[in-house]
Amino acid sequence: MSLASSPLSSLRQKLVAREITSRDIVQDVIDQISSRDQEIGAFLSFDPESALSAADQADLSLPLGGLPIGIKDNINVEGQPCTCASKFLKGAYTAPYDATAIARLKAAGAIPFGRTNLDEFAMGSSTENSGIQTTHNPSAPGHIPGGSSGGSAAAVAGQLIPATLGSDTGGSIRQPASHCGVVGLKPSYGRVSRFGLVAFGSSLDQIGPLTHTVRDSALLLNAIAGEDPRDSTSLHEPVPDYTEGLDQGVAGMKLGLPKEYFTDGISPQVRERVEAAAKNLESQGAEIVEISLPHTEYAVATYYIIAPAEASSNLSRFDGVRYGNRTENPEDMLSLYKDSREAGFGPEVKRRIILGTYVLSSGYYDAYYLRAQKVRTLIRRDFEQAFEKVDAILTPVAPETAPKMSDAIGDPLKHYLADIFTISANLAGNCGISVPLEPIDGKPVGLQILGPYLGEKEILRCARAVEAGE
Amino acid sequence: MAEPHIDVRYVANLARINLSDEEVARYSTQLEDIVGYIEKLGEVDVKGVEPSAHPIEMSNRVRRDEPVPSLPAEGFLQNTPDHSNGQLRVPKVVDA
Repeated sequence: MSLASSPLSSLRQKLVAREITSRDIVQDVIDQISSRDQEIGAFLSFDPESALSAADQADLSLPLGGLPIGIKDNINVEGQPCTCASKFLKGAYTAPYDATAIARLKAAGAIPFGRTNLDEFAMGSSTENSGIQTTHNPSAPGHIPGGSSGGSAAAVAGQLIPATLGSDTGGSIRQPASHCGVVGLKPSYGRVSRFGLVAFGSSLDQIGPLTHTVRDSALLLNAIAGEDPRDSTSLHEPVPDYTEGLDQGVAGMKLGLPKEYFTDGISPQVRERVEAAAKNLESQGAEIVEISLPHTEYAVATYYIIAPAEASSNLSRFDGVRYGNRTENPEDMLSLYKDSREAGFGPEVKRRIILGTYVLSSGYYDAYYLRAQKVRTLIRRDFEQAFEKVDAILTPVAPETAPKMSDAIGDPLKHYLADIFTISANLAGNCGISVPLEPIDGKPVGLQILGPYLGEKEILRCARAVEAGE
Repeated sequence: MAEPHIDVRYVANLARINLSDEEVARYSTQLEDIVGYIEKLGEVDVKGVEPSAHPIEMSNRVRRDEPVPSLPAEGFLQNTPDHSNGQLRVPKVVDA
């Protein structure tokens, strides 16, 4: 097993035992990317020299000392590009500061390494909306890696780097994790600071880890979680040690299967895998109960009002004045804005900005945005009521395994509908994790475990039991 | 709710994006599809339900009014397409 393909926890042991050095790991990551990433396309850029020099100064007394972590290219790392996979920012932006999650990774001794590909501004679920390059699914050749954190998932699955950070607005960590066969965690809203994450849907976005193992997921969450005065939505809540109690097992846990998630829209094989995983947890001592999340069928419609509305507002900052590429020789201010935005944004981003502007526009606000906010309340209540009965909820991550490349291009609604199982957690703010199950015809598939608000410990423990049982 | 009919060029102007004729045609069809789908929310009984702007209830969180060091302006200016004397430069906005 190469160093780049090893879990963080085992690299940590070898580092502390002085069997290897941080430079060995970083050099192997560089070698793996240089020799194999042409075929995968996970990384948009990386800076070998600064990473090697950080490796030479690694402080092994820290919990993540000397471990390289790949970073989705919408999270600011001082001195590095942050393109959001957009032509708007490519070659035109160098991050002047560290996102809080990055500052915390560094404080824990980790080395932020390289920039991973994504759907432009994190809008999409296939990484095919990247304005820069295509990413292939290393675990299912010819298929999409999922998205929007497709580069982060492919980098781990392709054994290019031990772990990465992604961001999740409607499933953008969990769905690519499922499609590529890695572990992906979306923390509860407010658990991890959003400062320095380029904003897409500010009431939905969270940063989280993509890793080989559940333990690594807990290790990274330990480092990045916590209150931040620079993000007023970050929580004033103590951060527990998420690795503690991981192996406690699920005996006595009550796990819910929401009946609305097992309908005609899901492939029979995916359904079979999820039900088998539930059986397995039952045999480990968990109690499985059927539950109801009655507003599930409205989640996609609610999300595709709220997320584009927030995006249309957030992306107004890309105006050709403050940063990014500006159109040449604009006639006046208006043409500077309009021409710069026409040239800089790709089709999906334009579509969502226009949709968001439309639902917020005069005469439509009450019918769309306000109504969606009310349905959001109902969706949140569904979860609150469900978590009075169960400790965690088991669901599929996506209705099918990874589709073939280009399968849904030109039909955005088809893409949006496939987000059905992941977006509710963003609307309600609770946490969720995708953990790999036995592949279907060689293609990865994940189980989603949804937890109550700040229930990260419960879902990690449950995910660990799934991992141990596979 | 009425049948959706989206004037894509008008909305794109509000969003300050130029679109080609081809894009206007394509987005019109796609957005009619999407808006047709989101009309589904009309079925839900939301009488008396409070809207949620956020997943968690919080408002007006403030921190102590104590000065802390800010990031230096140079880092931000280096990313601007055009600047001089520490200011952003844009085409003339108001005629003399």
